[in-house]
Amino acid sequence: MTQTLTKYQQYETDYKSFDDSIGSGQPEWLRSMRLSAWSRFQELGFPTARRGNEPWKYTNVGPIADASLALATKPAQVTLDQIKATAPWDDSWLNMVFVDGHYVSEYSGSASGNVTVTSLAQAIANGDELVEQHLGQAPQFEEADGFVSLNTAFVRDGAVLHIKQGVTADKPVHLLFVSSGADEATVSHPRVLLVCEANSKATLIESFVGLDENVYFTNAITEISMASGAELQHYRLMQESEKSFHVGSARVQQESDSVYRSKVFERKVGLGRFDLYTNMDGEGSSCDLKGLYYTSGSQHVDNYININHQKPHSTSRLYYKGILDGKSRAVFGGTVYVQPGAIKTDSRQEDKNLVLSPDAEVDSKPALFIYADDVVCGHGATAGNIDQDTVFYMRSRGLDLEAASRQLIYGFADEIIEAVEDDGLRQYLEKLFLESLPSYKFEF
Amino acid sequence: MTQEIKNSPVLEVIDLHVSIEDKEILKGVNLTVNIGEVHAIMGPNGSGKSTLANVLAGRPEYTVTGGQVLYKGMDLLSMLPELRAREGIFLAFQYPVELPGVRTWQFLKASVDAIRQHRGEKVLSVREFDKLLDEKREIVEMDTDLVKRSVNEGFSGGEKKRNEIMQMALLDPTLALLDETDSGLDIDALRIVSEGVNKVRSDKNAFVLVTHYQRILNYITPDYVHVLVDGSIVRSGGRELALELEDKGYEWLRDQVAV
Repeated sequence: MTQTLTKYQQYETDYKSFDDSIGSGQPEWLRSMRLSAWSRFQELGFPTARRGNEPWKYTNVGPIADASLALATKPAQVTLDQIKATAPWDDSWLNMVFVDGHYVSEYSGSASGNVTVTSLAQAIANGDELVEQHLGQAPQFEEADGFVSLNTAFVRDGAVLHIKQGVTADKPVHLLFVSSGADEATVSHPRVLLVCEANSKATLIESFVGLDENVYFTNAITEISMASGAELQHYRLMQESEKSFHVGSARVQQESDSVYRSKVFERKVGLGRFDLYTNMDGEGSSCDLKGLYYTSGSQHVDNYININHQKPHSTSRLYYKGILDGKSRAVFGGTVYVQPGAIKTDSRQEDKNLVLSPDAEVDSKPALFIYADDVVCGHGATAGNIDQDTVFYMRSRGLDLEAASRQLIYGFADEIIEAVEDDGLRQYLEKLFLESLPSYKFEF
Repeated sequence: MTQEIKNSPVLEVIDLHVSIEDKEILKGVNLTVNIGEVHAIMGPNGSGKSTLANVLAGRPEYTVTGGQVLYKGMDLLSMLPELRAREGIFLAFQYPVELPGVRTWQFLKASVDAIRQHRGEKVLSVREFDKLLDEKREIVEMDTDLVKRSVNEGFSGGEKKRNEIMQMALLDPTLALLDETDSGLDIDALRIVSEGVNKVRSDKNAFVLVTHYQRILNYITPDYVHVLVDGSIVRSGGRELALELEDKGYEWLRDQVAV
């Protein structure tokens, strides 16, 4: 074989055939949005750590660029039992299942009325105005990187959720993105739109789950718009294949008095990144972002978080915890901006890491940019092992080193897991994280 | 099996020398504690009294440079901290450690399990353990709520000390070491903690109570009082010695030592 193909040859080929087949049936506004995203991608390519590219400083996406990944044009054949064996599942949730980026209606529930839940492909086909109003409208897309452009260029399916004014959704909506990559290494570009009208309340669970240990790439975007007084609890799980690539982002627009709570759980992935941005563009808005990552083997997981306080009296809490084992690497970039005029901002951010192996590495970079007076902000990051006093205390109660270590690691993780309000999800996470924690002895 | 009868020594400290980071703290301590006895170790700040309690429990950062400690006839200093705990030594910490995320219930269950297994007793069922924990919790008037929370996390100073005494009651030690349990307690907490100790106290166990102040001895009557100054015991006596100290201060003994 001759190496005449450019790096993005496969994407080009796929883009052409995608645009010819599916794309031609899409409305004109969407087609032109995709086309300009495609040109933007060709300009940007995948991000590199070169050229002082701070957001990608510690994460080399070379392996994604180098992998041969074909666009997933149809869902792989998987049974619901296979899915339930791996993914979180609760019949009391409104489950929407996607396989290789494609909505699978026979495994999914649906809702209409005060809470509408539709697949994006269906919403586009229906000419749903909500899609035109909100797609690509989430904040901070100008500085978007190649991954975002690529997702938009290939927009086809995903989910559209709409919570009407004053409505409390009676059950969590679970968007389950299953990938198999069994036949060939594929890429999918799921796109989620969530529109929360004023004073609505909802719970969204997004799970990204790999069924087999194959190579594939999930390139996901979630756009969330929260009108004044809206409340959202957003859970996000990364439990992909160990050979997979996952680049996800969520963009949240917050109006006055809205409450956004996010809990991110990252367990399995080869190379994973989650980019979360909340634009706190309303007085009295608040966000509470929690996260737990546990990396082992040669995993690489990057959390890149930006919180933008634009208006007075807004509150943000950012609290992530990581457990690192093996030769794994984790990156935490958390930045809080307090814009001019955003007085009485109350912000705290912290990232705590438990590094269990000398070969594991964490790069934790909390940062604050304050351009307003009269604010209360704090940030911190820790990386290390358990201190000797703590272990002595436990041993003095009869626990040996291994039991003490286990309780401490378990407790370290459980602090985030126990904050999960949904019983079914919490039990799944307890099992997923706590049962996979290493048997380990702290030694001094 | 050692017969635990009154007046048999449970603890014999013989010419104990201890250093931390090359600084000698204990300079030849001798102390014999019999089963059924309560010994108070008093002394000014920095005299080494907390060190003594912590070395006996096995705190790792100390280095024993000389001497010997026998616990129930065993060489205590060669035992791991957890083994000492399983053999019946309990240290109530001066500064109880917070264990974020480790729930009190799970922690204490694991602790009781480990100790009972070591003693060849059967592991308690959840229900049996709950009953036991309830009993012990009431001794120190602790909220049910606190047992569900992470160990000591967000507890007030008084709650932490009460938690120590509750743990002591739960683990039923042969030798309890109380490291300045009275410090920082208001009068109500002091009463609760002292009553807790008095309820656990029996002719089958012994106490070493480390304290700076005489105050707690108004509630817990010691059989012996020892005064530790600059790393050695300079005076031993009965209950009245504590009162004399209260009157004259530690300077009085320090001056005597100097002479």
